[in-house]
Amino acid sequence: MLIPCPYCGTRPVEEFTFLGDAKPKRPETNDPSSMEQWYDYVYLRDNPRGDYDEYVHHSGGCRQWIVLTRNTATHDVKSSVPARDYQK
Amino acid sequence: LKYSFLSIVKNAFSGHKNWQPAWRAPEPKPDYDIVIVGGGGHGLATAYYLAKEHGLRNIAVLEKGWLGSGNIGRNTTIIRSNYMLPGNNPFYELSMKLWEGLEQDFNFNAMVSQRGVLNLCHTDAQRDAFARRGNAMRIDGVDAELLDREAVREMYPYFDYDNARFPIKGGLLQRRGGTVRHDAVAWGYARGADMRGVDVIQNCEVKGITVEKGRVVGVETSRGSIRCKKLALAAAGHSSEVAAMAGLKLPIESHVLQAFVSEGLKPFIDGVVTFGAGHFYISQSDKGGLVFGGDLDGYNSYARRGSLPMIEHVVEGGIAMIPALSRIRLLRSWGGVMDMSMDGSPIIDKTSVNGLYLNAGWCYGGFKATPASGYCFAHLIARDQPHATAAAYRLDRFRRGYMIDEKGQGATPNLH
Repeated sequence: MLIPCPYCGTRPVEEFTFLGDAKPKRPETNDPSSMEQWYDYVYLRDNPRGDYDEYVHHSGGCRQWIVLTRNTATHDVKSSVPARDYQK
Repeated sequence: LKYSFLSIVKNAFSGHKNWQPAWRAPEPKPDYDIVIVGGGGHGLATAYYLAKEHGLRNIAVLEKGWLGSGNIGRNTTIIRSNYMLPGNNPFYELSMKLWEGLEQDFNFNAMVSQRGVLNLCHTDAQRDAFARRGNAMRIDGVDAELLDREAVREMYPYFDYDNARFPIKGGLLQRRGGTVRHDAVAWGYARGADMRGVDVIQNCEVKGITVEKGRVVGVETSRGSIRCKKLALAAAGHSSEVAAMAGLKLPIESHVLQAFVSEGLKPFIDGVVTFGAGHFYISQSDKGGLVFGGDLDGYNSYARRGSLPMIEHVVEGGIAMIPALSRIRLLRSWGGVMDMSMDGSPIIDKTSVNGLYLNAGWCYGGFKATPASGYCFAHLIARDQPHATAAAYRLDRFRRGYMIDEKGQGATPNLH
């Protein structure tokens, strides 16, 4: 699998470390009433078969965080953007 | 008894063309008491124990491919009960006891071979951790022996004991652990369930789950709608997809795990051995091929294939443990889809939808659990309360904060 890094261009998969789903939103508050939101954020996943946005670290390269949109059924990569530019 | 020496001789004379199929190929009926989604090891075992232990007959197992086409036929066949945590090990020990009596129980040769599972340790800290785990196992009545380096050397003289980075310091041995012929497990359970009246329906993919007033009433399949009173999901790597049809979101991610077989060799390694400094486990099949595996590829995937870097990584771990492996050719590798849960432990529980039961989250340790998983899931479905040894595998344990995190990795599915 080849991964397009927005900074370095196309690089082999072994240079990257996968963190996981980029969709879950961290709750804004620690208030006990937000526990359901925290439960959802920490533990529950859509786990789609198809397009999937994921945080990936170019740990063996430029060490930047990127968000990759990749198809989990075919491994085709649709897009990759710097993590700071990713819109949830 | 269908198979005997006489039947082999008799069928040889007719060119082996007159063997009866081991199970029927029934058309789906419009209505069942219990429908099980997934004709893998766990689904078939569940159907078998529902019929055998609870006397239920009006059951269908729906399999989207053919029997044994999923992870039950794509694993490294290891069985063991060397877990540490209280919620885990009694369950895996129940599984081990069921393995020990399985062939007599379903009257099928599954080649259960208790050849011993040895985990190697490479540091003093790791030896301490193994001593602790061995003691925890013995508290649960499971056999465990802590071996020193010389005892390991006596068993396997050709390991690399003086590896500069990962010297072998000893190991934790469970002699009752071993291997089982995985396909035969699926076939034995399928035949046993079929003989008791369960409809095992292949090439029947579930496309939707019908819920009325919070209760499951049936499934839509590629072979028409089927109504049911209880629906049991045992869809392994595809659990999230199936559960989503009933509006559930699971604490599960699907990842790819690869396994490997080498060319056939003369007897080389007579037990199961795991490398403690990396993730590598190896045994030798009765055909002579070395069967081994390692870590997940690390990214979410529903594709049943991995990539080359992980193959290299696994083989490097193997060669660090057994230098002689460097001269052996890899025959084939394959990938399976794993239902990685958020704490590395499985889920056998009811769900928020009435009549919907879930069996999932086996990560890549589901094969050894097959008998107990089926046994406990059948208990749950038949009696609506969990079996004592599986009582900790609740779906809501994540919400309540009662994780069973054997590895201590936290909510990181790709690291368990």
